[in-house]
Amino acid sequence: MRTEIRVNGVDHAVDVDTRTSLLDFLREQLDLKGSKKGCDHGQCGACTVLVNGVRINACLSLAVMHDGDEVTTIEGLASGEALHPLQQAFLTEDAFQCGYCTPGQICSAVGLMAEIAAGQPSEATADLNAKVVLTDAEIRERMSGNLCRCSAYPQILAAVRRAAGAAA
Amino acid sequence: MSTVRDWAAPNPITENRSGLIGKPVDRYEGRLKVTGTAPYAFEVETPSAPLYGHIVSATIARGRIAGIDLSQAASAPGVVLVWSHLNVPVQAQRGAKLNPRSQRGSNPALGSDRVEHYGQSVAFILADTPENARAAEARIRITYEASDADLDFGSFIDSAGPVPGEEDARIGDFEAGYSASAVTVDATWFSPLQNHAQMEPCATTAWWEGDKVVVHTSIQMVKGGQHALAETLGIPSDRVRLLTRYIGGGFGGKGQSYDDLTLAALAARESGRPVRVAYTRRQMFQATVHRPAVQMRVRLGADGTGRLNAMALEAVTHCARNSTFVEHAAEFARNLYAAPHRLTGHRLVRLDIPHAGAMRAPGEAPGMLSLECAMDELADRLGMDPIALRIRNEPEVDPDNAKPFSIRQLVRCMQEGAQQFGWDRRNPTPGAVRDGRWYVGMGMATAIRGNFLLPAKAGLRLTGDGLATLTQGMTDIGTGTYTILAQITGETLGLPLDQVRVELGDSDMPPAPGSGGQFGAATAGSAAFETGMVMRRRLAELATSDPRSPLYGEDPLLMDFANGNIVLGNRSESLATLASRAGPEGVYVEGSISPAADARDWSQHTYGAQFAEVGVDSVTGEVRLRRMFGVFAAGRILNAKLAKSQITGGMIWGVGAALTESNAVDPRYGSFLHQDLGGYLAPVHADIVNLDAVLLDEADDKANPMGIKGVGELGICGSGAAIANAVYNACGVRLRDYPLTPDKVLAALEAKGL
Repeated sequence: MRTEIRVNGVDHAVDVDTRTSLLDFLREQLDLKGSKKGCDHGQCGACTVLVNGVRINACLSLAVMHDGDEVTTIEGLASGEALHPLQQAFLTEDAFQCGYCTPGQICSAVGLMAEIAAGQPSEATADLNAKVVLTDAEIRERMSGNLCRCSAYPQILAAVRRAAGAAA
Repeated sequence: MSTVRDWAAPNPITENRSGLIGKPVDRYEGRLKVTGTAPYAFEVETPSAPLYGHIVSATIARGRIAGIDLSQAASAPGVVLVWSHLNVPVQAQRGAKLNPRSQRGSNPALGSDRVEHYGQSVAFILADTPENARAAEARIRITYEASDADLDFGSFIDSAGPVPGEEDARIGDFEAGYSASAVTVDATWFSPLQNHAQMEPCATTAWWEGDKVVVHTSIQMVKGGQHALAETLGIPSDRVRLLTRYIGGGFGGKGQSYDDLTLAALAARESGRPVRVAYTRRQMFQATVHRPAVQMRVRLGADGTGRLNAMALEAVTHCARNSTFVEHAAEFARNLYAAPHRLTGHRLVRLDIPHAGAMRAPGEAPGMLSLECAMDELADRLGMDPIALRIRNEPEVDPDNAKPFSIRQLVRCMQEGAQQFGWDRRNPTPGAVRDGRWYVGMGMATAIRGNFLLPAKAGLRLTGDGLATLTQGMTDIGTGTYTILAQITGETLGLPLDQVRVELGDSDMPPAPGSGGQFGAATAGSAAFETGMVMRRRLAELATSDPRSPLYGEDPLLMDFANGNIVLGNRSESLATLASRAGPEGVYVEGSISPAADARDWSQHTYGAQFAEVGVDSVTGEVRLRRMFGVFAAGRILNAKLAKSQITGGMIWGVGAALTESNAVDPRYGSFLHQDLGGYLAPVHADIVNLDAVLLDEADDKANPMGIKGVGELGICGSGAAIANAVYNACGVRLRDYPLTPDKVLAALEAKGL
């Protein structure tokens, strides 16, 4: 099925198998293998990408559903040699070990920052009438859809904090 | 053969003049990982467009395939081939070894009509796209003849048999010592079946170059995988090149190869195309190894002052009917506390379920969940502080074999941990501290994990551009191997890190045993160090014997290496110049490490103390971690940042073992109850708060020339026990059936009338 999709700033007009997940489309057809397949059914978060700025699990979405959408993957975050502040923070804080969940964690954290900036509350938001602020509890809650079996959670928290501090 | 005395002289690592050893540098391959450009096995570039394999799994526990019809699948869109046991290419019999020196025997896939466990591979589809390969599965018709299967561990525990070739370890007279003790504890713990749940499913990309197969696969042991595939295919191992450069988690579960490797190699040969095969998440649970369940009975007998007189840990565990593996849950207890009368041993139940295997700290991880809680119970019974009880039973020599300790800082770990954690604020009376609806408590436990050095080699090339490239058939499963090898090589040669390259995970490179058993850093690192020393000697000879060098004619033994130069007094020459003069290939050397002949004359372990504070919800029974802290002693630390990541990662595994992680066999089908990450509950970010660790200054001069030890498995040891002890301190409930889930906690609270 004909699908027009913009990925990391590049337009693609392609015929896609209707069964192809957005994740397999990115990995096998566009050769963007940074988005990882950890479970292929929305439980691990390793495939997290940004669609029109919102984070989703690319494995739970069909490529043909994204006609006209703008997708950003881990490969689209750095500007040339300059890492995205979250990528740099993950590196500095050692917020990963095996690295397989890392692209999803970073894309998820980019989405998280946007949610906070847009004032979207979460389960961890104490006061729904106040401005949403980036507390440790917010970060832990909002990053809990991204499993890290190496268990770099303390460092991931520190990395998101570091990047948020740099952005503030 | 060397002795540990040979390691005593100062060397570039122990002198650490450029300060690279211990330095918290960023991960060597970190940039590739944060940009998503590190190619894992399924993702490597292929010489031409790949085909995709899909494995079909058995749905019975035991029996045979009575009939299988592949014809509909074979004619499905895009399908290139379909195999079952009836038409799969010839492979060697399971376990067969053409070469007696192979580290692993044949590992055939689809080898017969017999089904030995639920989830075993029974068919394979190769197609042009992943979608077509998966869709064709629905067109395969399989009928089974099921046989009776032994599936329920619990019903066989009482009839468990001895472990082949193993006897109970008895010192003194346990029964007499125990019955003569003034204060006793006798209780039984249960640690359930657990899964590794690595984030990257097992995967292989394979293609053939003439009569040689190239496989990129996700495996912790390069040689083991290479040999297994060569034996399976019936070809010499030099016709298998196995690469594993980036591995998305192993934890022991990728210590061996699986059917993705075998089938990808066979399908690539048959199709003449590169082939990619990955396990599904469900297959990861059902068709790779797991940590078996363990039942542990602990008996402790002490006098009124807390001095242990008798100690027993008896473990019953399980493994697959035709594949012996023993979770040695009692073994660590032999080396931990003094007691004149001792008994430890293991019993085994054979089940018709997937193979049991090594998972992070096999033995200690479940084992310490029993003994370290029994010690807490004994302290409670004696009215003693748990740390004081442990210090009272601190041995002067290894209680198992009377060997001296190479170094043992266990008491210091407990004391420093207690101070930094604020242990003195713990109320010893259970249930005495409330925070709203939460019972709050603190617990501690010790950690012990063995240290090992295995034989390994490495290669090192210095080129005219001044770069040193270390090559080793070693793996980095997230442990930091790339980084520490760069630090060791840089420090040994006096080179800045930006002039050091590390290449790993290739069977063409000098072999190392791989990642496992917490031996990786010491083993691969020591080989890298020795290789660096070989390079120093070679460069010194080159410089002093060459009239073009300013160091010509000098004694090569006097040469120093610093800032990229070879130096004597105020004369020096850059390593780049030396390498250029040696020729276009530069200078290449190999080196190796072997265990010292007398290494086992010392008792050698890594140690730690774990502290946890938990809240127990009086309404729901939920246990929440409030904070956790550990102090560890594990030899010289090569990279403070990466070592701490390893340790805290292990501690979090202990949180999972204590509170959430559990699997079980469905007695109707032989399948696991949990076959995905929604059911198997590994810790998530929100489960972990305020968790930190400290590594003590230490150098173990009996361990290896660098005095380093492993940190990969130490962190999980005792971690869960500290949490269980904190649960008791919080609410006065002793739960011995892990994990401590709300249903169990709530029932226990209700039984206490709370």
